[in-house]
Order: sequence, then structure tokens, then C-alpha cells
Amino acid sequence: MRVHAGHVALAMNARTTVAVLGMLATLLVVGVFAIGTGDYSMSPAAVLRTLAGDGTKAEYLIVVEQRLPRLVVGALVGAALGIAGAVFQSLTRNPLGSPDIIGFTTGSATGGIVSILLLGAGAAQVAAGALVGGMLTAAAITLLCGRHGLGGYRMVLLGVGLSVVLAGVNSYLLTRAFVEDAAQATTWLVGNLAGRDWNSVWPLVITLAVLVPVLVVHVPALRMLESGELIAAGLGVRVSRSRQTLIVIAVACTAVATATAGPIAFVALAAPQLARRLTRYAGPNVLPGAGMGALLVVLADFAGQRLLSASLLPAGVVTGALGGVYLAWLLFWERRRSW
Amino acid sequence: MAQTTASAQPRRSVFPAALFGALIALVVVALLSIAIGSNPLSLDAVLHGLFSYDGRYDDVVVRDSRLPRTVLGVLVGLALGLAGALMQGVTRNPVADPGLLGVNYGAAVAIVLASTTFGIQAPAALVWFAFAGAVFATALVYALGGTVSPVRLVLAGVAVQATFVGINQAAQVIDTHTLDRMRFWLVGTLANRDMDVLAPLLPFLVAGLILALASARGLNAIALGADVAHGLGASPARTRTVAMLAVGLLCGSATAAVGPIAFVGLMIPHLVRLMVGQDHRQVLPLSMLLGPVLVLGCDVLGRLLGAPGELQVGIMTDVFGGLMFLVLVRRLWGAGR
Repeated sequence: MRVHAGHVALAMNARTTVAVLGMLATLLVVGVFAIGTGDYSMSPAAVLRTLAGDGTKAEYLIVVEQRLPRLVVGALVGAALGIAGAVFQSLTRNPLGSPDIIGFTTGSATGGIVSILLLGAGAAQVAAGALVGGMLTAAAITLLCGRHGLGGYRMVLLGVGLSVVLAGVNSYLLTRAFVEDAAQATTWLVGNLAGRDWNSVWPLVITLAVLVPVLVVHVPALRMLESGELIAAGLGVRVSRSRQTLIVIAVACTAVATATAGPIAFVALAAPQLARRLTRYAGPNVLPGAGMGALLVVLADFAGQRLLSASLLPAGVVTGALGGVYLAWLLFWERRRSW
Repeated sequence: MAQTTASAQPRRSVFPAALFGALIALVVVALLSIAIGSNPLSLDAVLHGLFSYDGRYDDVVVRDSRLPRTVLGVLVGLALGLAGALMQGVTRNPVADPGLLGVNYGAAVAIVLASTTFGIQAPAALVWFAFAGAVFATALVYALGGTVSPVRLVLAGVAVQATFVGINQAAQVIDTHTLDRMRFWLVGTLANRDMDVLAPLLPFLVAGLILALASARGLNAIALGADVAHGLGASPARTRTVAMLAVGLLCGSATAAVGPIAFVGLMIPHLVRLMVGQDHRQVLPLSMLLGPVLVLGCDVLGRLLGAPGELQVGIMTDVFGGLMFLVLVRRLWGAGR
């Protein structure tokens, strides 16, 4: 029995490993093309040459100082969103229980706007505001769900309702703002990677470096929580403590991503599910979800720069429109399900 | 629910009182809507402007700016309240709402397409696109979400809204100048609407109103279930068609007139049913009277909170409607999942 279980786990791990490596390879290829795109367009060979250190000074400036950080920020934001989505979908045992559907992204945005308006627009202030906003939203959802606990379609409906309220609050805050603050907050609210430099990279790297090890420790608990709290408790998981830690990690991932790039919709929803289609692994797809999230955001940003010749679309607009279609497709193909 | 223990008999006597109360509330809110603004007027000045107009400055303010806005609010509220009651009656879905989560963004997308691809700019022509877009998006959300499950319906609304918002934002990025007017359709507002635009919509509004009120009896039969309805000699399919046609006419004209205002159709019928019970012959007229109370109330509150500017009525109804939605979900799914 044990041998059999180990064999199955190994087989799944092999498939997961291949999937993750495949996503990384795709990410690198897309990344090279994305770096080559822009007002000064470069061939993939030129990009690689510059990255290796053999480019001209101008090429170095464009590639390393301007376009590479944007790519890295996109990938890290996507990874953070993918992690948050995978953790929440497993915790709530609901494919729709992802941070963007149940309001955490909007709540983080509210926190971010409040800090832009009250404290000024430093990166640290926005990040702190987004974190506080996300945490408060999580607390509000938990309170609203009450003794039924997080999970189920009741939570999805409550989350959708809460995000409508918060979106209204966001609009109100924007009308109260001075014009220049409002302009900045509006740009940020769309979900945008433009103009992100290395200064935006480090907070993401540090946050993820702190959160991911904690998360890795808790993934086994998450896997057991997904099969039910009673089973998890029976298997020796300290249910409420593990769940709280996991919620904090997921909210922090959402908040740091939102603080850096604004609310980029639907990545947290779609990334873990698309990753699951690749890995065919039934448990929490945290690492593949992170890889897929990174790929989705980078692709969206790339597409936003390439789709229209005259103007640039922010990544958040691309993921919003495509994510809506994805959700519609999900509803259409799973219409026989009992919700 | 606890109310079901009360028999239908005492409820019937509530209806006249509720009707009277709704009328009073409507008059009060309408007067407030005329009186409150960047230039606050006294009740005397309002009444003077309405009933003994002699061309003084305050009278002109009342007649030319506040009164048209209030009339617009009344018409839109009436259409949305009625449409919500119809929709909840037809689908028997407690969260059905014509504007749920940006169905009305369909109007905005239609206008974007009209301006970008056909180069149409005249408001009177754009209104038709808004109308068509609103009806199309309603159909799309209900086709995706089905009508029975509240969760599917809400999620279909989220999906359609996200896609349409994305298209709108993309269009705004592409073409900032000519689409500036389109922003009006992104958030519903009663401010600065052209009354001339409303005139061609009035026949549709009236037609929707008549169809809606005519379907009250049929909706009562539907509430009993399809089999019983057939047994009573009613035709559920015909009632549904008539009622959804009425919803399309009412929402289309309301959205074309003022832009997307969501949740009015969600909140009002629930409040009405709390007062008078399930009889659609009472629910429909009361929803029709209380819809304007909510729309005007939110508009007035938006002017107070947003001073010196104003907060669009669509934002206010989103906030209140969202809160009401939370209460509703907690009530309806109190015991179950």
C-alpha cells in the first residue's frame, strides 16, 4: 500500500516537474521576445547578446535597466497571484474561491488608494495599505461567513457582494482626491506594469522569499485540509492554526502583487486551474500555479504591447477581458454542475 | 421564513397603507431632490417654482435644472424597480436584477463600437445603440447563467462585466478624445442628461410598463409552479415571454437614458415583499413607486456626500445594493451551504 502510494506520488511529481520546467522554458522564450519589443525593437539574438554582456551601452540601458525589470516584476506578480489563487482554491475547496472573485484584490486596491490619498504615493505606503486592506477584507469575509466557515458558494456570493461595495468605495475615494493623486490612483487601479524598475522588484523578491518557505512547510497541511477539516484533524493537522497561516500567506501574496502592479484580474482564478490541466494533479497546485501565473501575466503584458500597433494596453486590461471570457467559458462548459 | 406563518388575510389590509406610504415617500424625496444641490432652496422656493412660476432666479433653477433631473430619476427608478420585480417573478431567482454586476455595461460597449467603427457621435443616435447593447447583454448574462441558480447568475454577471469593462478600457486607451462622452455610460448618473434624448425613449418605457402590469396575474400563477399554472389555465411560457420583453424595454430605455444603475431592481422587490407578501398585483405597483424613491434618495445623498461636486447615483446604488446583497445572501443561505 505504502509502495503503491509512493509510486503514484512519484508519477505525479514527474509530470508536475515536466509541466513546471515547460512553463519556465516558455516564460524564458516569451521573455526574450517581450524584451525585444518596444519603441526600439531588438531581435532575440541581440537581446540574448546584450543579456550576456556583449551589447552596446544603449542596448544595455534598454534591456537591463528598463525592460528586464518590467519582465521580472510581471513574472513575480503573476507567481504571487498564482500562489494566492492555488492556496485559496484549495482552502475553500472551491475553484471560484480565488482572491479576485471573493474581493481580496478589490480590498487590497481600496487599501492602496487610501494610502495614496492619505499618506502619499511611496511604494512602501502603497504596499502597507494594500496589505492592511487585503487583511481587513479577509477578516470581513470570514466574519460574514460566520460559523459556516470559509468555503462553499455562499462565500463566493458574499465575496462578490463585498467587492461591489468596495469598488463603489474606490470610486468615492477617487472623487474625493486631488486631481493628480486621482490620476495616479486611476492608472494604478487598471493594473499596469509600465514603468516598473528594479526598485519595484526588491519588495516582491523579499516578500516572496519570506513567504514561500513558510508556505512550503504548510503545503502538506493544505493538501490534507483540502480533503476535509475532520480528516485533516484526524491526520494530526492543527486545523485552525494551519488555516490562519495559509490565509495570511495568500492575502500577503495578493497584497504585494496588487501593491506593485495594481489589481490584475483573474490571474489568481485561472492560473491554478490551467496548471492543474497540465499536471493533472488533484491536490493543491501551488508551484505549477505560480509558474502559470507568471506566464499569464508576462503573456498579457506582451500581448498588451503587441496587439495594437498605435497604443499600449495595460496588462490588467488584457487579463480582465480574457479572464471574463475564461469565466464565461467555465460557466458554459460546467453548466450541468449543481450550481 | 417567519412571515409565512402569517396568513394572507391580514396582509391584504397592509397594501393600501403601503401604497399610501410609498406615495408620501416619493413626494418627499422628489421635493428633497429639487431642493438640495449646490444652491440649496427652501421648501417655499421649491413650491413657488413648481406652482407659481414667475421667472425669478430660483424658479428657473427649479424648472430648468432640478425638475428635469427629478423627473428623469422618477422614470428611471420606476423602470428599474418594476423590471427587478418582473425578473425575480419570472426566474423565481432571489438575486435576479436587471443591472446585476454590469449587465448594463453592454450599453457602454455598444456605444463604444458605434463611435469607433461607425463614427456615430450624435447622442440621439447613440441612444439606440445603448438600448440594443443593454438588451443584448441582459440576454447574454441569462443565457450563460441560466435562471435558476443564484450563484451561476452572479458569476455570469461577473464574467460578462469583466469582458465588457476590458473592451471599454481598451477602447478608451485607443481613442481618448472621441470616447470621452462614453464615460457617461460607464457610471450611471442623472446629472447633465439631455432631456431631448429621453423623449424618443418614452414610448418604449410606456409599452414596457403596460406589458409589465398586465403580466402580474400570470406571474402569480408561475409562482405556484409550472404544473399548477397549467392547471389554472395560465400559460407560463407566454407570461415569461411578455415579462422578459417588458424587462428589455424598461431596462433598455432606463440604461439608454442615464447609464448603468444596478441593484435598484434587486433591493426594491425584496423590501416590497417584506411588506406585502408575494402577490404580484401588489408587488409590481409598489416596486414601481419605491424604485424612484431609492434612485432619487441615492442621487440626493450622492450630492450631499460629494459636495461641492457630486457622487454619481450609480456608485451610491452599488454601495447600498452591495450591502443589501450581503444581507440577502446571509438570510437566504443562513442554514444551507
